[in-house]
Amino acid sequence: MNKNLKQKTKYINPYLGGVLLGLVLIAANFISGRGLGASGAAKSAVVATVETMAPTHTENAAFYSEYNESHPNGPLKSWLVFQMLGLIVGAFLSGIIFRRLTFKVEHSPKITSKRRIILAIIGGVLFGFGSQLGRGCTSGSALSGMAVLSYGGFLSMAFIFGTAFALAYFFRKNWI
Amino acid sequence: MGPLISSGVITQNTNFFLAFLIGIGFGFILEASGFSSSRKLVGVFYGYDTVVLKVFFTAAITGMVGLLFLSLFNWIDLDLVYINPTYLYSSIAGGIIMGAGFIIGGFCPGTGFCAASIGKIDAMFFIVGLFAGILIFAEVYPLIEGFFKAKYLGIPTLSEILGIKDGLVSLGVIVVAMIMFWIGEWAEKKFPQKEY
Repeated sequence: MNKNLKQKTKYINPYLGGVLLGLVLIAANFISGRGLGASGAAKSAVVATVETMAPTHTENAAFYSEYNESHPNGPLKSWLVFQMLGLIVGAFLSGIIFRRLTFKVEHSPKITSKRRIILAIIGGVLFGFGSQLGRGCTSGSALSGMAVLSYGGFLSMAFIFGTAFALAYFFRKNWI
Repeated sequence: MGPLISSGVITQNTNFFLAFLIGIGFGFILEASGFSSSRKLVGVFYGYDTVVLKVFFTAAITGMVGLLFLSLFNWIDLDLVYINPTYLYSSIAGGIIMGAGFIIGGFCPGTGFCAASIGKIDAMFFIVGLFAGILIFAEVYPLIEGFFKAKYLGIPTLSEILGIKDGLVSLGVIVVAMIMFWIGEWAEKKFPQKEY
């Protein structure tokens, strides 16, 4: 019990974290007129990579041409890309301060590292696909959308958390 | 006055620089709250750790109330703030696929990048999967474009859909959040798990 308590203090109080995150979200809206996001920057990176490797393909395929129409300055000169670079720096700083910088595969003791990595890749593929279909992920659609009372934001939140909760039983052996 | 970018107080380049600073705050808070651990994140679905619920909903109601007050004092014009458009079918289908990705992969995109930043190898593979998933979407886009753009509802807010005022909707969300916080605290005592 004592050990558990000691370990838990490694993280900041979640309600404090939530208020601070809410203030960052307000700042983003006040300064830039938009919310936070994560999958958008990954999309920019994918578009930029495919453009470099297969330029004729991106000229002809609808997804890329629609993207380029809405991003006339190129895929990487976007608000979300700069925000994502900041996110990486910020998380790294927190890792230094709270002494959590270490290379490891985090997994339940009941499964192997290999199994955890395979599941992480599958989960990533699903999240990547789903975030494009749903026009944003947990940050951009659900959290930022809810703060501006977007109906789509509440829908994303309900279906992301609802589905994960509904499927939790079937994947329990990977986690608990 | 706000958003500063719309009223011309800051230039586009300053906006990008501030995006970087906002990102630092975003990433720092996620990591400091424990969002760099997949086992803490999925804890909410088994009840042993509800940090996701607490941080996510506290942030959402803080942002919601803060923006309403800023708008009330005329410090921000909410008509100039980006509100996500709603395409009913793709929003629901995307949410379901992302939910499956969450319980299988243990991260969402933001938390995945956050965890990879402090060296979580599973998160790095999650990000590889994330890029692959986006690429697959881009390549099959012509096949699903109809579905992707179907049932466009415009950019409605929850208050417009329900036909009640923004303030009342926000109050309702706050009440729901408080009830969920209470359930979360109860669940953590009921289903304890050791941290690793």
